[in-house]
Amino acid sequence: MSSVADDLHHDEHHDHKPAGIMRWLLTTNHKDIGTLYLWFAFIMFLVGGAMAMVIRAELFQPGLQIVEPNFFNQMTTVHGLIMVFGAVMPAFTGLANWMVPLMIGAPDMALPRMNNWSFWILPGAFLILLASLFLEGGGPNFGWTFYAPLSTTYSNDSTALFVFSVHIMGISSIMGAINVIVTIFNMRAPGMTWMKMPMFVWTWLITAFLLIAVMPVLAGAVTMVLTDKYFGTSFFDAAGGGDPVLFQHIFWFFGHPEVYIMILPAFGIISHIVPTFSRKKLFGYSSMVYATASIALLSFIVWAHHMFTTGMPLFAEMFFMFATMLISVPTGVKVFNWVATMWRGSISYEMPMMFALAFIVLFTIGGFSGLMLAITPVDFQYHDTYFVVAHFHYVLVTGAVFSIMAAVYYWLPKWCGKMYDQTLAQWHFWCSLISVNLLFFPMHFVGLAGMPRRIPDYALQFADFNKWISIGGFAFGLSQLIFLALIIKASRKIGEPATAQVWDGAEGLEWEVPSPAPYHTFETPPEVK
Amino acid sequence: MSEQQYEKYYVPAQSAWPIVGAVALFLIAVGAGNFVVESTRGKEGFGGWILTAGLLVLLVMLVGWFRDQIEESMAGKYSAQLGRSYRQGMSWFIFSEVMFFAAFFGALFYTRMIAVPWLAGESNNAMTNAVLWPGFEAIWPLTTTPDGTTTQAMGWMGLPLINTAILLISSVTAHFAHVALEEGKRGRLKLFLGITIVLGLIFLFLQVEEYVHAYRDLGLTLTSGVYGNTFFLLTGFHGLHVTLGTLMLIIMFFRVLKGHFNKENQFAFQATSWYWHFVDVVWVILFVFVYIL
Repeated sequence: MSSVADDLHHDEHHDHKPAGIMRWLLTTNHKDIGTLYLWFAFIMFLVGGAMAMVIRAELFQPGLQIVEPNFFNQMTTVHGLIMVFGAVMPAFTGLANWMVPLMIGAPDMALPRMNNWSFWILPGAFLILLASLFLEGGGPNFGWTFYAPLSTTYSNDSTALFVFSVHIMGISSIMGAINVIVTIFNMRAPGMTWMKMPMFVWTWLITAFLLIAVMPVLAGAVTMVLTDKYFGTSFFDAAGGGDPVLFQHIFWFFGHPEVYIMILPAFGIISHIVPTFSRKKLFGYSSMVYATASIALLSFIVWAHHMFTTGMPLFAEMFFMFATMLISVPTGVKVFNWVATMWRGSISYEMPMMFALAFIVLFTIGGFSGLMLAITPVDFQYHDTYFVVAHFHYVLVTGAVFSIMAAVYYWLPKWCGKMYDQTLAQWHFWCSLISVNLLFFPMHFVGLAGMPRRIPDYALQFADFNKWISIGGFAFGLSQLIFLALIIKASRKIGEPATAQVWDGAEGLEWEVPSPAPYHTFETPPEVK
Repeated sequence: MSEQQYEKYYVPAQSAWPIVGAVALFLIAVGAGNFVVESTRGKEGFGGWILTAGLLVLLVMLVGWFRDQIEESMAGKYSAQLGRSYRQGMSWFIFSEVMFFAAFFGALFYTRMIAVPWLAGESNNAMTNAVLWPGFEAIWPLTTTPDGTTTQAMGWMGLPLINTAILLISSVTAHFAHVALEEGKRGRLKLFLGITIVLGLIFLFLQVEEYVHAYRDLGLTLTSGVYGNTFFLLTGFHGLHVTLGTLMLIIMFFRVLKGHFNKENQFAFQATSWYWHFVDVVWVILFVFVYIL
């Protein structure tokens, strides 16, 4: 065995990277694959964002001006699908690829070839989804939740392509999650015990579990849509003994854990940034771990709070209302711990910290509106209005997306070896912060006043608010071009060189390797004390 | 384990197979998407060809990827730690399969316990029944749907019971094969592995017979309401998994003939055996909830 190990030692000691496009197509390197995921996510963020611009342009004033209602529906549908499956999830997977092996002292991800496969099937899936918009009759137009019978009886024939592209996204997520979970279970450096693991690793471990548990259920849901639409089954058709509400049960059994898939890694990121820039240890580390696990477990028994108006029995409505409210307890623990970490810390306001602070405040607003939506009787008023849109954009844009931006500012110097451009960063932060609130905050008001979501026209009394919402939307969209410029600059190695530790309060294995991180790290595992 | 715990972890250099696999899945999705529309709408198109091409590329990928893996494994490049990665990966994959079946079992339980009784007026749905589906009664198996489609139920005696016995025995023989491998008794290993494969093939053959019986004699088809839907999708996806499991067993048989696997180096065999036990467990649950109850 030892002679083989020696051979390997010689084989793998070259640190040079393969050149050209083949480096990226054939790579098994977790840093390359992380970079690919992150760039893919950013491109999809801009594509999905462009669709949001179409939506906001149409809603700039009442009446139908710019697009046909059917195309408007396609835009809301594909915007949602792209942002969820193409932007937020791949961005977190990219961060996991880059950072988890560095944080636990592993040489790479546990299954490097499968890692490449799980990334490279994603562009194909989104190519299919986007191409379906150009088909005769248009692309999917039933909302990202593809409720039956909209997606079965009333959908166009792009549905088959939609189903198979969602299958591929699911396969990609499952393989990615298996890779992360096995890496964390099996590749930790000696001494990296469970309760010494960095929070980002913990949150991703639990996220990966959620992904493996619910993505197959989504695959089941799209399969039933396919057979209902094309092969004469009646899962979601009362005439054959089925029920359209069954679709919603299956979808949201996937869909609710899915929203925690998109926020738990964000909690992990914030739990790194706040201690670093407060120059204190994270307050209540073990309670953070238990809170994350509680949120994940509770996420399996709250799905029907998306369905309060479907006519469920009263007992079910009560159960799902209280179960949902229970989630605010562990979430409150987290917010409390972040604030307590800052308490009497010596805080400095670098850009990751600014985004983290914005996250804490704005995500909490989204959490509170979620609590309002959890209350069954009032949800009858809020259901399917812009209040819901405001709620989930606060948790997803100022929550998940802001945490991803915070993470990029935090780790970009480690990836590129250069500090980001401070001026561009300030512009990006302040433009985003102001515009995102102009964009989403008034949605609460029009929603409470009864403006329905997913409709290209609206009553005249909503006109003023919608004008400002649209202006906020365009401004937020344009602000992201500053972010693009900043990232391109750093990745072209323009800027001040970064030290290995980068931030003077930063702790963890990832700060012990040089910046930029070498192509291969921790080939011999470090000793964790 | 004799190796030290942190012997070098094998990180392969670049590999072409994943990108070939990505092309394959892309072609399969495009092909299947078009093929489904073309075949059900009576349109002309290339969907079937693209799908076939995708499946062929996938086959090439699988052969190539596994060949590389087997060569690396036989060359002794794999550490005990990598073996644990593979085993954990396989366990989580099986867990994801469990959740896939859970979606369809969930649909079965929901329609049976909630949707069908409600259509017949249970809970607070008396008007639904009286106005929309007058005369509809909740029975399971649902031999008359609300819109009047009728069918006959598939009993559990006969073929299904025989199939249950076959799969349960095959689980035992798969286990005996594994024990023989651990004990280094190659003859017994080949014998029991061979028996397991034959049992798997008999199961599949009888399953096809049962489908023919359902379509010809019982009028039970994919389109005969939720009973037919859940029956065919659950047994159908299970059948696909048995097919895959049998193929895996056949590959293991040829590898055993070539002298592969021993007590220490047997991940592929172990994974196949786990997968086989998993399809057996799914069948037992399926037999209880789809056939008997």
